[in-house]
Parts: sequence; structure tokens; C-alpha cells
Amino acid sequence: MPILEIENLNCFYGNVQVLWDVSLKVEKSEIVALLGANGAGKSTLLNTIVGLVPPKSGSIRFMGEDIVNLSGSEIIERGISYLPEGGRLFPDMTIRENLELGAYPMKYWKSRKATLDMVFDMFPILKERQKQLARTLSGGEKQMLAMGRGLMSNPSLCLLDELSYGLSPLMASEVFDIVKKLREQGITVLLVEQNVRQTLEIADRAYVLENGRICLEGECCELIENDFIKTAYMGM
Amino acid sequence: MNTNISRGRLNAKKIAPPGLSLLALILLSLLPIFVTDYTIIKINSIISFVIIAVSWSIFSGPTGYISLSTAAFYGLGMYASAILGNHLPLPLVMVISGIASFIIALIIGVITLRLRGVYFTIFTFGLVELLRNLILWLEIKFSGTRGRFVPSVDFQQVFYCILGTLAIILLISYLIKRSRFGLALIGIGESEDAAAHIGINTTLVKVLGFSISSFAVGAVGAAMATRTNYIDPGIAFNMLMSFMPVLMAIFGGMSTIPGPIIGAAVFAYLEELLITKVPEYFMIIFGAIMIIAILFLPNGLTGIAGKLFKRRKGAGKNANT
Repeated sequence: MPILEIENLNCFYGNVQVLWDVSLKVEKSEIVALLGANGAGKSTLLNTIVGLVPPKSGSIRFMGEDIVNLSGSEIIERGISYLPEGGRLFPDMTIRENLELGAYPMKYWKSRKATLDMVFDMFPILKERQKQLARTLSGGEKQMLAMGRGLMSNPSLCLLDELSYGLSPLMASEVFDIVKKLREQGITVLLVEQNVRQTLEIADRAYVLENGRICLEGECCELIENDFIKTAYMGM
Repeated sequence: MNTNISRGRLNAKKIAPPGLSLLALILLSLLPIFVTDYTIIKINSIISFVIIAVSWSIFSGPTGYISLSTAAFYGLGMYASAILGNHLPLPLVMVISGIASFIIALIIGVITLRLRGVYFTIFTFGLVELLRNLILWLEIKFSGTRGRFVPSVDFQQVFYCILGTLAIILLISYLIKRSRFGLALIGIGESEDAAAHIGINTTLVKVLGFSISSFAVGAVGAAMATRTNYIDPGIAFNMLMSFMPVLMAIFGGMSTIPGPIIGAAVFAYLEELLITKVPEYFMIIFGAIMIIAILFLPNGLTGIAGKLFKRRKGAGKNANT
């Protein structure tokens, strides 16, 4: 059974249709990438999964259960964690407070100390700076904090939106390494990216979204040779 | 690296640990033995402003949702006192008034707190006018009068009732500040979208926060009404009561617990002093002080204290990090 299964999803902002019959599957412990240009509907799709944008029709099943009508907090309690673009941190709160808020759902709040230790193990820099305000971190550190906060709710599925956005190439590689580490810990990842080459190198499968429709899907090792991908996204 | 202590909220723990406030409350409770009756009456009014300012900053401090509804709940409390005061003892009237305020705030919260930012402020501003006119209409229609007499209560009893309320609201404020709920309120103030993304039910948290910050205002309104013999809707729903806690919290510093306490105490004392010494220039001086405070004290009086504290401790902190 796929951990996440989306079928014929249609989404509107007012009268404008943004997603057209989108269907995708994410199997357990996979890294699945969602590629596409600006405005293709990638972020909308993630927002729909976590209940922030209600779909017009279609189904979203997480671990076999329909989650379309659940509220955002209920969806997170079930084990989906969403890292929005740019991290969306709480800039004037300390790193520790940011992380603790990641464990906000009651279920995870009680075990937050243990989870915190796990996150600190993964990102030692955050432990060092835990009393610093989030806005004093560098871009890469902010991204790590955002990922750390996402992990505080013990997710089985992580939705990552534009992780490498605005990072130096070095920092971006580091962040991609962390995505691989997530998989080692048994966390499934759905990754939205514009950095197509690096994404295809670490992901298992990918979907390409264009104008709100899935126009291409397949194994990453095949897609990397695909002519359409090469011309449209890698400039070759 | 001194950014880690740049925010007042972190200094709060150092400036006013809960033990210190407990000591202050005990000392205050012994006050009637030592001072004149007139002083007690003045202190009643100062403490009531402290309660109102602390209440206000429980919700509006961390979230940044500026509420101008204080006068509404204060006025409701006054009416509770006028209606129930002849039949029930003051503490009971205060409890009833507090619960009523909580419930009304809950209802208002559910209706309005899906609104963000300035729309919420405008609504709360309108709420006071709405209640004032509604009660005026009800009075004329059903009781055939404009105003009501408020049964007076011994001011020492009022003093202890208000002091009890102060203890309760300080305890609540302190507990919230250290809790998951308090963290969520700050998170909403920092970024409401991010708060929603990590699974905080923002509407629920806001509504509860607003209600908690309203009940003590109703209770204090009931207690303070006993000092004025007569109320009518114009007296009870006085817009000034809505602006006072905002100004006091800004003056003292919003993001700490001691901030609104100090702000309200200094403000209320200053008001008494100026109004007796220079009644003609009172508002001018008051306004000038406010403008200076907003321009030059972005974190209020406690902000200055925090800065001084940081300067003294600064060297040691730098060596550590």
C-alpha cells in the first residue's frame, strides 16, 4: 500500500483552476520529487495535502485513510510534516522554542525532550546555538532549523518545499545529504524542487508538473536522460 | 554574540521571578494596617489598572492582535455589580461577572478572530459602542431609566477582592508564558502562517487567549463600580478604558510580565499625581510622555532595564559564546 496516494485532484483559487486531475503515489521510504517551473502548482499541491487549500474534487489517502476533510492540525498529528518554502520560521523566537513548537500537537508535546535530542544529534549546530534567535542564523542554518522543526512531530512523511532555494551550491548539497539521511531513518520524502539535476540524483522517482497537470513521471535514473527534461529544465 | 539575550521576554525571568511577586503580594495584603483610607482607595485604582494591563497583554502582547474591547468587559462588570450587588456579596458578583465576560469573549472571539490584524482591532473598537447603545436601549425600553445606582462596598473588602484577582491573573499569566499554549500565542504573533503550517489550530488558540484575557477585566469592573455610586451606559462603557491598557503596556513593555505591571503602576500613579497637581495641563503632559515613550522606548520601561542588565552582564556573556 502506498503511504500517500492522490487521485484525480482538482484545485481552484477562486475561479482559476490550478490543479487538473493530478494523481500521484508515494511508496514507503521513497524519495519522490515533484518538479516543475514557477506557477506549475507544486506548492499548491503540497498545501492541498496538508489541508490548507481545500480541493474541489479528488481524493488524498494517507496510509490508506482519506484525509481530504481533516484540518491541518489533524493531518500533522497523523504523521505528515510540511516544510513550507523558505522555512517560515518564527524569527524572534529562539532556536529551541522554534523546535519545541514543531512538537505542538499534544501527542508529540509530551515526548518533545527525546525528539529534541534526536534532532540535535542530526543537526549539532542547532544544539550549539539553541538559545540564539532564529533570525540570526545563516540561510543554510535556517533551512536546517526548518527541517529540525519538521522532524519534531515524528513524521512518517515529510513534504519539503524548495529546500535549496537561496542557498549556496555547497549548502544545497549539504541539505540534499540530509534528505538522504531522512530516508535512512525510515522517513518518506516528497520533495518539491527547482534544482532539477541534484534532485534527480538523490530521488527515486519524480513527477513533472506543468500548468497544473502531471506531464511526465518515472524513475529518476531514466528521467535524467529524458530529452524533454534536458531541454526544459537543464538547458541542454 | 549578544543576540541571544536581546529580547525582553528572556530577561523577565531575571527581573521578576515568581517568588518576588508572591512576596510583593503578601506585603501588599498587609498594607491596610499601615496606610490611610485615602491611600487604600488610590491603591485600589492602581491595582485595578495593573490587572487590566496584565490581562490585556496576555493575549495582545504575544499575538500582536491589538484589542480595544477592554471597556466592553469593564462596563459589563460594572453593570453586573449594579444589578447583582444588592443581593450577592462582592466576591460572588466578581466571579459571575468574570465568567460572563469569559463567555461573551468566547462568542466574540469565534465571530471575529478569523479576521486578521487591523480588522480585529476595528471590530473590538465597535463592540464597546455596540454594547453601550444596546444597554442604553434596553434600559430605556424595559426599566424606563438611563442609569442605575451601584450598592457601595467597604473599600477594604474591595481591596482584598482586587488583590485576589491580581494574584490569580499574575499566576495565569506566568503559567501561560511558560506553557505550550503561551508558545503557540507567540508563534501566532511571529507568523500566523507558519503557526498553521506546523499544526497549531490558530483560531482556537486565539479565541481562548482572548477569553482568558477578558475575564479578569469583568471581575475588576464589578469591584471598581462600587466606588462610583451611579452608572449609566456612558460612564460604564468609557472608551478611555480600552486605550489605557494599550498605552500602559506600551509604556511598560509588552512582551514581559513585569512590563505591563510597571507600566500600569507608573501610569496610574502619574495620572493621580498630575490630575491633582496640574489639572489644566494633565492631558498635555500625559500625551507628551506617551509620545516620548513610543518614540524612544520601543520595549518600554522594562526594555531600558533589560538593556542596562545586558550591559553589565555583557562582557561575561561574550566570553562564553
